[in-house]
Amino acid sequence: MDILVCIKQVPGSTNVQVDPETGVLKRDSQKGKLNPYDLFALELAFSLRERVGGTVTALTMGPAQAERALLECLYMGADRALLLCDRRFAGADVLATSRALSAGIRRAGPFDLIVCGKQTTDGDTAQVGAEIAELLDIPHACNVREISPAGSGQLMAETVLEREILCVRMSMPCLVTAEKDINTPRLPSFVRKMAASDKAVELLTLDDLPDRDERLYGLTGSATQVERIFPPDNETVQEHWAGPNAELAEKLYAFLLDATLIER
Amino acid sequence: MLNRVQPQDVEYFRGLIPAERLLVGADIGSDYSHDELEGVHRSPDLVIRAISTEEVSRVLAYANKRCLPVVTRGSGTGLVGGAVAIEGGILLETTLMNAILELDERNFTVTVQAGVLLMDLSKYVEERGFFYPPDPGEKSATLGGNISTNAGGMRAVKYGVTRDYVLALRAVLPDGSVEVFGGKVVKNSSGYSLKDLLIGAEGTLAVITEATLRLLPLPAENISLLCPFPSFHQAIAAVPELLQLGVDPTAVEFFTRDVIALAEDFLGKRFPKIGTDAALLLTFDGSDAAEVEARSEKAARLCLTLGAPDVFIVDTDERKSAVWSARGAFLEAIKAGAVQMDECDVVVPRANIIPFVERVEQLSRELDMRIPYFGHAGDGNLHIYLCRDGLSKDAFEQKLGQGFAVLYEKAAELGGMVSGEHGIGWAKRGYLEDRLGPLQVALMARVKAAFDSNGILNPHKVCT
Repeated sequence: MDILVCIKQVPGSTNVQVDPETGVLKRDSQKGKLNPYDLFALELAFSLRERVGGTVTALTMGPAQAERALLECLYMGADRALLLCDRRFAGADVLATSRALSAGIRRAGPFDLIVCGKQTTDGDTAQVGAEIAELLDIPHACNVREISPAGSGQLMAETVLEREILCVRMSMPCLVTAEKDINTPRLPSFVRKMAASDKAVELLTLDDLPDRDERLYGLTGSATQVERIFPPDNETVQEHWAGPNAELAEKLYAFLLDATLIER
Repeated sequence: MLNRVQPQDVEYFRGLIPAERLLVGADIGSDYSHDELEGVHRSPDLVIRAISTEEVSRVLAYANKRCLPVVTRGSGTGLVGGAVAIEGGILLETTLMNAILELDERNFTVTVQAGVLLMDLSKYVEERGFFYPPDPGEKSATLGGNISTNAGGMRAVKYGVTRDYVLALRAVLPDGSVEVFGGKVVKNSSGYSLKDLLIGAEGTLAVITEATLRLLPLPAENISLLCPFPSFHQAIAAVPELLQLGVDPTAVEFFTRDVIALAEDFLGKRFPKIGTDAALLLTFDGSDAAEVEARSEKAARLCLTLGAPDVFIVDTDERKSAVWSARGAFLEAIKAGAVQMDECDVVVPRANIIPFVERVEQLSRELDMRIPYFGHAGDGNLHIYLCRDGLSKDAFEQKLGQGFAVLYEKAAELGGMVSGEHGIGWAKRGYLEDRLGPLQVALMARVKAAFDSNGILNPHKVCT
């Protein structure tokens, strides 16, 4: 089975600061890292490959330094890595991003299965996976915790709903987005790192894509424009309670129930 | 001779301490009767939750006059019964003294009250670009407790232990007098280092109320390597070679697959696959990413030549958390997986760690007993747990005695010491006497008497 995993390089720290004046992300001294949600997608793909054979290809759209995130995928076990890198892709919203990625998938494929992370830690939209599936006109399932072959060119995907697990049978090719914390992602291997060549990551530009109309990509191809970026209000509240243990236990129990953090 | 607490003593303390910070008799929760060591329990007669040096001074002055036993307790996370009021009396609890008093950026020091928690101090200084290197596993311990046991931790290989970071202590002597030992100085050749006597004294000489600690600039970069080895022997054998390589690791931790499995069960999540029976976990830190990476790669290459099938890179917050949260849970996991257990915290010269671990493995076979262990392989400090499992209580006690005797004797033969970082407390006194001999124990007793002539502070601990 040939599997493609879409990944993204995100800021290295979760404490990303936004300049309150300009609304621009302060990226100085911020090292990039692989989007944490994508680690579960990669592991899902690797474990499926271990069971049924095949290949895992990693794909991202990003600036030249996103190569580092793709190298990490190779060190973790990917067979191939592709970087969609072109100034004309810059400033893309979810639609333009999905267009570029789906065009890249068409160019590099065919693939039987596409796996995306649930969302990214920087954009947080959780929409790119589903939009890629729409643009490729293939079935998809979100928040998937497990996939297995179901015979006659089909896959069974277990999707995590609020209170149920929904098992979906899909014809390949298809796309799934991986739920978080569903596995323990493998660590990058030093042996694989030493074995990887300098040219391990294949580069694709707009000129390599099947549809080269640049109005479809980047800022000009975006259906939405960002008006303002601002950090959310920090609403951490601390309360200190004192009193006899039994009374405190009752109070805490009521509080947790009220906050729907536990069930009666 | 120590006295029991009498009603008039309680009356005196009621006049001194507000009711909400004074617990008497049945109001004293069972938590105050023990620490993390199983099997040693004794409730104090009084618990005083002190808030200031002056208050501690008044409590001690009275207790000394009346010859009432006083045991100082931080978070109660000790592992050798050090904070158990064996004679009853007064338990002086320090966790309300939790203020960070001063960050002196020019002298690279921070001054804290004794009840500040290690995790709170680390967070405070790191947010300001500073680094307090000692890193004992129990982050909810107080600094007062860390100092009183000379706690070690995972970064001792590169940075040393708590003692190496204590510049000054404010402490209350049994008669109530308050003294500052040491100062914000880098060098000090001014007579006997009384400050260093208080460090590791487990509250038997004085009550530490404030400490001035040395800080370093926060290393901007760190990376860990998880190095699987086919056998425990190969993993341990790699340690001296790694230390000689000049790559300056911050931590060199050793563990086996059995212990990982216990941590997985305990935490309910899988550890990244290593596929072998044993592993080393190395950390490297520094200010320059490329330089840190270069040192880690040199170490990784050596591990490959010494039999590691691969080396895994632990470089992002998520990966560090997956690996280090498991490492941090080993003690609790072993505890949760055992009906009863007791621990040996010996330290041997690091070049002698191989024969020691071999003896542990052999002992497990001889006693037909499960003995999981892990440790700070880089500094020769191992944590070894003798587990009761299906044994009867008596059979366990008997095997425990046999096992401990073998382990402490082997450690001594290899030039090791009874405790690497947990202290002696109540539980390890006999082994300390065996190891140090009558002359050194007598010297310790005379030091104790010089500070505490009435013997009121933490009776029956360490050497008394």
